[in-house]
Amino acid sequence: MKEKKRTGLVIFLLIAAICIALIPFFALRGAEFGGSDDAGSEVVAEVSEGYEPWFTPILETAIGGELPGEVESLFFCLQTGIGVGIVAFFMGRFVERKKLGKEDSDL
Amino acid sequence: MSKKQKQMVALSAALAISFGIIPTANAMHIMEGYLPPLFCVVWGVICIPFLAAGFFSIKNTLKNNRKSLTILAMAGAFIFVISSLKIPSVTGSCSHMTGTGLGALLFGPASVSILGIIVLLFQAILLAHGGLTTLGANCFSMAIAGPFVSFGVYKLCLKLKVNKLVAVFLAAALGDIITYGVTAAQLALAHPSESGGVGASMAKFLAVFAPTQLPLAILEGIVTVLIIIGLETYAKKELKAIGFIKED
Repeated sequence: MKEKKRTGLVIFLLIAAICIALIPFFALRGAEFGGSDDAGSEVVAEVSEGYEPWFTPILETAIGGELPGEVESLFFCLQTGIGVGIVAFFMGRFVERKKLGKEDSDL
Repeated sequence: MSKKQKQMVALSAALAISFGIIPTANAMHIMEGYLPPLFCVVWGVICIPFLAAGFFSIKNTLKNNRKSLTILAMAGAFIFVISSLKIPSVTGSCSHMTGTGLGALLFGPASVSILGIIVLLFQAILLAHGGLTTLGANCFSMAIAGPFVSFGVYKLCLKLKVNKLVAVFLAAALGDIITYGVTAAQLALAHPSESGGVGASMAKFLAVFAPTQLPLAILEGIVTVLIIIGLETYAKKELKAIGFIKED
C-alpha cells in the first residue's frame, strides 16, 4: 500500500516540476530569458557607476575573447552528462540489487 | 541500412540534438572581477575553516563506512546536474538551482562545501561562469550558507514532527533561496548604493534575484524530494549506514 501511494506522489511531483519549468517559457512569449547574472551586473553598473570588473575569466584571457555560445553549451552539456552518468549508474545498480533480492549485500 | 535511410537517421539526429541546445546566458554566481580584491580575499578566508571541516567530515564518513562513497558520489553528481540546468522563470530571465540541499541532508552541511567548490571550480575555469577571484564569495553562498540553512531547517522540521518529505522539500527550497539572498548581500556589501548605502543596494539586488529564484527554489525542493524517495526505496541500506534513516 505504502509503495503504491508513493508512486502517485512521484508522478504528481514530476508533473509539477515540469510545469514549473515550462509554464513561464510558454506564458511569457517574447521574453528574453537572459541570465539573472547579467541582470546582476546591470545593477552593479547602476549602483556603482563606472565600476569596471578588474579581472577577466582566465578562459576568456586564454582564448582572447568571449567563450562562443555553442562551446559554452558544450561545456554545460558535459557538466550535465557527467552528473547524470554518475547518478544513473549508481541508481541503476541500486534498483537492480533490489530486483535481485540482494538488498542487504554491499554495492 | 541503405544510404538514404542512413541520411534520414543522421538528419533526424541532428534535428534532435539542435533542439537540445538551448541558447545559454550567465545565471547566478558573482561574475569574475565583480567584487573588489579585498572582498574576494575576505570571503575566501571565511570559507577556509568550512572547507577544512568538510574535508575531515568526508574523510570520517568514508573511514566509518567505505561504501557510503556511492551515495556521496551521487550527492556530488546531483549538484553537477542541477547547477548546470538553466531554467526559465516567471520574470522572463533564466537562473539555475544549486542542488546542495541533498548533500547537506545526507552528509551534513560541511561536506557539501567540498562538493560545491568542485562544481564552482569547473564552472569558473571551463565556463567563465562565476569566477576564480569570486570563488570564495560564491563558495560561501552556494556551498556553505545554503547547505547550513537546509540542514538547520531539516533538523528543525524533524523536531517539530513534520512529515519527512515535507521537511526535505522545505530544507532544499529554503537553502536555494538563501543562496541567492547571500549572493545579493555580498554584492550589496561590495557595491553600496551612493544614496541609500548597503540597504538600498541590497534591496535592488534582491529585487533582481528573488522573484526569478522563487519558482526555482520550489522546483529544487520537488526534485530533491524525488531523489530522496528514489534512494529510500532502493538504497535503504546505504541511507541507514550514513544515519539518514534510523535503524528500525
